[in-house]
Amino acid sequence: MNPLPTSAMTEIWVYLSAQPLLWLTLTLLIYTFAITLHRRVKGHPACNPVLVSMVVLVSLLQLTHTPYQRYFDGAQFVHFLLGPTTVALAIPLHAQLKRLVAMGGPLLIALVVGSFTAAFSAYAIGALLGASPATLASLAPKSVTTPIAMGIAERLGGLASLTAVFVILCGIFGAIFAPGMLRRLGVKDEASIGFAMGLASHGIGTARAFQISEQVGAFSALAMGLNGLFTAITLPWLLPLVVRLFS
Amino acid sequence: MPAALALLLVFQLLGESLRVGFSLPVPGPVIGMGLLLAYLILRQGPSHELRQTSGTLLQHLSLMFVPAGTGVMLHMSRLSDELWPIVIALVASTVLGLAVTGLTLHWLTRGKAQPEDQA
Repeated sequence: MNPLPTSAMTEIWVYLSAQPLLWLTLTLLIYTFAITLHRRVKGHPACNPVLVSMVVLVSLLQLTHTPYQRYFDGAQFVHFLLGPTTVALAIPLHAQLKRLVAMGGPLLIALVVGSFTAAFSAYAIGALLGASPATLASLAPKSVTTPIAMGIAERLGGLASLTAVFVILCGIFGAIFAPGMLRRLGVKDEASIGFAMGLASHGIGTARAFQISEQVGAFSALAMGLNGLFTAITLPWLLPLVVRLFS
Repeated sequence: MPAALALLLVFQLLGESLRVGFSLPVPGPVIGMGLLLAYLILRQGPSHELRQTSGTLLQHLSLMFVPAGTGVMLHMSRLSDELWPIVIALVASTVLGLAVTGLTLHWLTRGKAQPEDQA
């Protein structure tokens, strides 16, 4: 068989690159590659699969001059699964229900303290270093799971898609460093590790927490849900007060 | 698989309806998670099928962040203009959030909850 002439290759590329099929397939292939790589390096946290997939995909899109929207037309089928998967977090939560109820008081205190720390320290540090108001409003909800954070950022005058990026970077950072850091601080019980990871690093931290054990994962899922709820209710009221301190 | 997936979507749908109906600040799927938890308490646990389907989805939770994360390419210029404030604020606040939450819970539950559960 003769190799295809360049013009035919270009034609195939022009056709396929405009189809959802290509970018959906590439998203899954690249993620599979990232997972394999992650295993090959024995789960080294710096090879976080989300991070590796993002780097490869962004490079590919920029090399081929493909706009993000065209990529997302294909990748949205994966993105859509975030919804039902968030609902599915109820199952590990239910499995740990007895422990969660028994620890109700301490969990609530840790939630309030941790949630305020995560949101206001991001705002304050960014403000002191001179970040722009839109960036600051997008930074504040960065510890909350993506869909909630995007909604909060819009109400605060931030940019929803920028918030999604901050949320994901924050999640990747937490997934990479949280287990080692908490161990060094002397936090060794599964409940505290899971709760801290879910509160500070939402779904990506939770994905990492489930790799440690189902119990760590359940506490992480709980913290993610509670922090989403709590931040969504409190931050739009409290942030304007903090903003006044820095202006 | 289809029945379990349908159940998850039904709860997401209920969550979305409540969110829109009462203009709640919380996303539909999170409300759906709460409703499904209530349902599981009433039913005393998930069916085998629901447990399996959820397990499969949750195992690949990190895949589902890839499409939104790739959106980083839309913000390259802002990220490079404000690189250091953003990096330092993200890293420091995440470290603080992790440490404060972990240490608070650890101190509050020290010596109490742990031994009971080992039994």
